[in-house]
Amino acid sequence: MKREPIFLNILKNDKGGKIVLSTLGVVVFVVAFCNLFMPQDSIFYISTFTVTILGKYLAFALLALALDLVWGYLGVLSLGHGAFFALGGYAWAMYLMRQIGDRGVYGNPDLPDFMVFMNLKELPWFWQGFDNPIFAFLMVMLVPALLAFVFGYLAFKSRVTGVYLSIITQALTYALMLAFFRNDMGFGGNNGLTDFKDILGFDLSLDSTRVGLLIITFIALVIGYFICRFIMNSKLGRVIISIRDAESRVRFIGYKVEQYKLFIFIVSAVLAAIAGALYVPQVGIINPSVFSPLFSIELVIWVAVGGRGTLYGAIIGAIVVSFASTYFTSALPEVWLYALGGLFVVSTLYLPKGIVGVFEKLKVKKEA
Amino acid sequence: MKFLKIILLNLLLLTFCFGSSFEEDSSKLMTRSFNKKQVVLDELLNKYKDDARFETLLKYMLKGDLYYTKKDKRLVVLLKKVEYSYFTQDLLTSKNLEKKEKYDFKKIKINNKLRSVIKAALAQINLFSTNKDKRYSAAKNILSNLEKEDEVLINKALQIEKVVSVKELLLESKINLIALYSTNLEQRVEAVKKLGSYMSSRTFETLKNIENSSDEKILKDEAKKALGTIKHKKSFYGVIQELFFGLSLGSVLLLAAIGLAITFGVMKVINMAHGELIMIGAYTTYTIQQLMPNLIEYSVIIAIPAAFVVSGLVGVLIERLVIRHLYGRPLETLLATFGISLILQQLVRSIYSPLNQEVKTPSWMSGAMEINSSLFLTYNRLYIIIFALIVFFGVLFVMKKTSLGLKVRAVSQNRTIARAMGIKSSYIDALTFGIGSGIAGIAGVALSQLTNVGPNLGQAYIVDSFMVVVFGGVGNLWGTLIAAFSLGEINKFIEPVAGAVLAKVIILVFIILFIQKRPRGLFPQKGRDAED
Repeated sequence: MKREPIFLNILKNDKGGKIVLSTLGVVVFVVAFCNLFMPQDSIFYISTFTVTILGKYLAFALLALALDLVWGYLGVLSLGHGAFFALGGYAWAMYLMRQIGDRGVYGNPDLPDFMVFMNLKELPWFWQGFDNPIFAFLMVMLVPALLAFVFGYLAFKSRVTGVYLSIITQALTYALMLAFFRNDMGFGGNNGLTDFKDILGFDLSLDSTRVGLLIITFIALVIGYFICRFIMNSKLGRVIISIRDAESRVRFIGYKVEQYKLFIFIVSAVLAAIAGALYVPQVGIINPSVFSPLFSIELVIWVAVGGRGTLYGAIIGAIVVSFASTYFTSALPEVWLYALGGLFVVSTLYLPKGIVGVFEKLKVKKEA
Repeated sequence: MKFLKIILLNLLLLTFCFGSSFEEDSSKLMTRSFNKKQVVLDELLNKYKDDARFETLLKYMLKGDLYYTKKDKRLVVLLKKVEYSYFTQDLLTSKNLEKKEKYDFKKIKINNKLRSVIKAALAQINLFSTNKDKRYSAAKNILSNLEKEDEVLINKALQIEKVVSVKELLLESKINLIALYSTNLEQRVEAVKKLGSYMSSRTFETLKNIENSSDEKILKDEAKKALGTIKHKKSFYGVIQELFFGLSLGSVLLLAAIGLAITFGVMKVINMAHGELIMIGAYTTYTIQQLMPNLIEYSVIIAIPAAFVVSGLVGVLIERLVIRHLYGRPLETLLATFGISLILQQLVRSIYSPLNQEVKTPSWMSGAMEINSSLFLTYNRLYIIIFALIVFFGVLFVMKKTSLGLKVRAVSQNRTIARAMGIKSSYIDALTFGIGSGIAGIAGVALSQLTNVGPNLGQAYIVDSFMVVVFGGVGNLWGTLIAAFSLGEINKFIEPVAGAVLAKVIILVFIILFIQKRPRGLFPQKGRDAED
């Protein structure tokens, strides 16, 4: 029998994943092509705005994927995953901030504008090294991983579970939000970090850079998906699902439940952080509102609406809800919170398995 | 004939003495010479001590807002000035005059010397006023701006003053003067010793002054000793003040958390819309004030039952429509109620406006109880502490001593057996949730007296409320009480050191760490109910 390449092997029994990823791949290709190679007045031309929005959705999809890993498979409902996303975003934004150089409003080559504004004389120690993209990218992953390790270690070791864990994750992101809102934290206070000019030498205002970011985000999403799927296909994945369904039994058999939980939690945090790092250059700003409990809970609803515990459901949910959000907030701003609120209620009451669940039900009916 | 002449002359004299009116006398102020103005002021003080118009005149003159019209030489006071237009009021008739241009008026200028004359005159007027509040603030004023010349005035006032609090202030002023200016060393030492029992900043200053510049060693030592006593006392009262602030913050937390202690602690429902139920209570208060603008003094009291009912009904509605389907799935209740909280927030934005609304504080709730010069207890905080305790013990009573409470506990512990005993569990569920929500509404009434009422009010308290319940131990009302007050106190004691925001962060981190040690809070539930 011919062995299939490993990456296809991972998706062997994952029809949904194949469909979602290949559909997204086609969409990304079409959008990228139509943006770059169609004349602006052609009806096939797709605006750079759309490219950016799509890129943002894909970053959100990666974030939702990360949450689905801990919530859908490990049973840990984190209401603070936005914190990892935001930390990754901030770390990468610091790199982008350093690239501005003397092109800021104050023209100071050594300090970002907000520091000049705050009368700082030299760069704070924790900003050192962020002009190096490799260092910055390491920090994108390391800082959230460290937080996830410390927090997860403490929480899982003392067996904080269920609702309690959810509430303290919420407290965690809330605390970080309060801290980042402070001007003297050295992260731009409530204005956050913005006015980025270029990334790795490419001008951020160019269409080609935008398309490049979109494609990179898509690739990151695919890699993230493969990692998650690979983990869940392995024996490790089966232990994790067992932990979700009967934690104490798994513990009695002799597994070190805490270590498994911690590992998945850290992987998830790093994925969320990378999503944040991809989000920042495309959206052009990061501020403490990303730490707000509202955002973290909103992303829970992406996963819930899409269908938790399926991975590709999380991607669908993130894109559908974000799309609805973009549409409603511009077309009917008053209606959006009603719609989002209604979505929370309806999806918990009537769609326990999300959109994916609805499709599967339809399929079963057809076959029967 | 001669007799008649004398009478006439006397009459003339009389008119000279008494006939001249306030209008005439005060118009003499329209002179450029500062010395003359001072003479006029002294005259006026002798004649019009009890005339309210004179006091107004002095007040405006001190501010530099006393003018006269160039045309008809009438004294006016300046109320408002917009660019070059002046809005003025006639000093004598208190009638508002129409807007005029700057060049229609001339200012009655004062210099530093006049300023102190005016201040002294005001002090004298107020110190002998029949209103005791006025006398009190005048005495206070004298103490904080103490001058050597005030001694006569103080002694005079001391002879007739009956009210203890005013007398105390005058006495403190007098002792200060003796300590500073007496020529008798023994008297001064005695005075310095006495000063140790006062705490005003004036006394502190006096003692510091004596300690630094006196030539007498004994005086210096006594001053040092007195300063030590005062510092000690001050820090003691400072701690009490902080404790009070902590208590008031704790009672706000308690109010916000009691309702949650019922819905979360007893029913195991994670009600993320709890903050919005608080917000509804606050908006109920606001609405009542809008509907009854003449009853501001009572609207807060009317709002308490109203908010209970409104929030309670909303709670029952939420329970019947959504939560009913989700018992036993706490994470799902969390998500669904979060959706409800978003809807309620937007509803309030649509009905009222996205802007914050101001709820008026009734006069009996404003102001402060002054225990001494370094300890003030503001009434609104005091009432909220009392109110929170009343609510707490009310809930405790209902839960522990009434048959309703018994049924609630029965349903929450074992639904099936409770039903078998003939308890209508769904009815009890709705009622319990309604009560929890109603109490949230009551908390909203209290909060409306401390902060502005806006659509984000609930968000600000939801995390804190959950922290309190989790910290105290779920399902334990006493735990909620202790957790609320201890978090309030901790917060107030960290705040001066670390700042408000960092204090909050530290507390959240503290709770996260605390939960590591005691995952079930301060007072965990015991028994078979605990492991779920």
